[in-house]
Amino acid sequence: MPDHIVKAYDQDIQSLKTMLAEMGGLAEEQLHNAIIALTKRDVTLADSVIARDEKLDQLERQIEEKAILTIAKRQPMALDLREIMVAIRVAGDIERIGDLAKNTAKRTHAINEPLPRRLSPGLTRMGQMAQAQLKNILDAYTHGDDVKALSVWRADEDLDALYNSIFRELLTYMMEDPRNIGLCTHLLFGAKNLERIGDHTTNIAENTYYLVHGKSIGEDRPKKDVTAMMSTSDMK
Amino acid sequence: MNQMSTARATEKNTQMVGERSTRISARKVNIYYSEKHAIKDLSIEIPDRSVSAFIGPSGCGKSTFLRAINRMNDTIDGCRVDGEVRLDDKNIYDKDVDVVQLRSHVGMVFQKPNPFPKSIFENVAYGPRIHGLAKNKTDLEEMVVASLKKAGLFEEVKDRLNSPGTGLSGGQQQRLCIARAIAVNPEVILMDEPCSALDPIATARIEELIDELRQNYCIIIVTHSMQQAARVSQLTAFFHLGTLVETGDTNTMFTNPQDKRTQDYITGRFG
Repeated sequence: MPDHIVKAYDQDIQSLKTMLAEMGGLAEEQLHNAIIALTKRDVTLADSVIARDEKLDQLERQIEEKAILTIAKRQPMALDLREIMVAIRVAGDIERIGDLAKNTAKRTHAINEPLPRRLSPGLTRMGQMAQAQLKNILDAYTHGDDVKALSVWRADEDLDALYNSIFRELLTYMMEDPRNIGLCTHLLFGAKNLERIGDHTTNIAENTYYLVHGKSIGEDRPKKDVTAMMSTSDMK
Repeated sequence: MNQMSTARATEKNTQMVGERSTRISARKVNIYYSEKHAIKDLSIEIPDRSVSAFIGPSGCGKSTFLRAINRMNDTIDGCRVDGEVRLDDKNIYDKDVDVVQLRSHVGMVFQKPNPFPKSIFENVAYGPRIHGLAKNKTDLEEMVVASLKKAGLFEEVKDRLNSPGTGLSGGQQQRLCIARAIAVNPEVILMDEPCSALDPIATARIEELIDELRQNYCIIIVTHSMQQAARVSQLTAFFHLGTLVETGDTNTMFTNPQDKRTQDYITGRFG
């Protein structure tokens, strides 16, 4: 793609990309730390995650302002228009991912006892999977890699499946001993946060595909999260 | 020209462009200015009752092709047109076509408003009068008022129909020229950068007018403003170096054009 005749236009779009890259890197770090904080019950780390979320919000606002100003000044068309619209949407998704990481970190404070030995690996694994999805989709978006975006989009199924099994497991714990309910509820929300982060990565995947092709993916995403229809009687 | 009217009356032309029937169909058109090959092998279908925009860098041939649609190029020395331009089912380059009649069917509005140095009334009455369209004076007056109304100018000039047309503002003069063009009941209106000499408000009025006129006319507009093409047209054709690079639904052309040259041009990367 050749440069714009007006150089400042290229700088406008480049500065959006730079801010998004910074946002993406920060969100990855936040998610990474939030998962460690929760699984290792590291309150100090949790607090640092909570404090740094403000930076993500601030970056999102800056991206939005820059995008609006660029639309007003340049009246972008075609690929440029898609680039800017997608930047706004992706910034929104990353900001939400940051919120979910922060919420996960917050729960560290509420957990007073060690995680049940059986549960810890599942949650850790889910955390790793969510992190991998986030890393892959940010790479795909940065490089305009539609194939990679599609593979992230499809892999969200696996994250959903893992969430289902954690959901079942936590429910079983709670049924076994009501004293587990407090801990398990927090872990359940933590797991749900990771599942939601997965959904945001699929949004970014859809936007990356749109950015490259100028049209939406055009098929329904396979969804495996069935917990909304699960009752305790299913557990028995 | 009778043949042309018959074709219109019987709705013989059933070919469609999208959901609309084709009004103009150009096939393998080549235009030369002496040695210069200005339009190369151009074929396009222009739909009725809609606005088609021709865009492209200066010298790409869009105005040349626009002028070929009502044979304005005939007046240019050394200009030669090959191929067919069909209005409904009649090739307008056939020997039996009366060019004066043709231009009453295919009206034109130019970049710079060019009212005659006559009164507002006379500017609009001129066409119906020379084509003998009005039965009597009352009939003619009705035609003038109707045309001025269609051009969205009547309310502003109704008290001074006998003042000179050249005394109006630029935007009003351009609407007067549109009123003059539609007074002879054309089917097609060609507009060659109709807003480039106007301020944004006068431009918005013309665009609003174009949007109303498309209910009844086949409109083709040449414009340098991509935003204007995106706003007013349903079909966009991109010209480059005398060839028609890409034609498509306007919404798609400005969000997801297929040809790299179109993409580069509309995003400001040409050069």
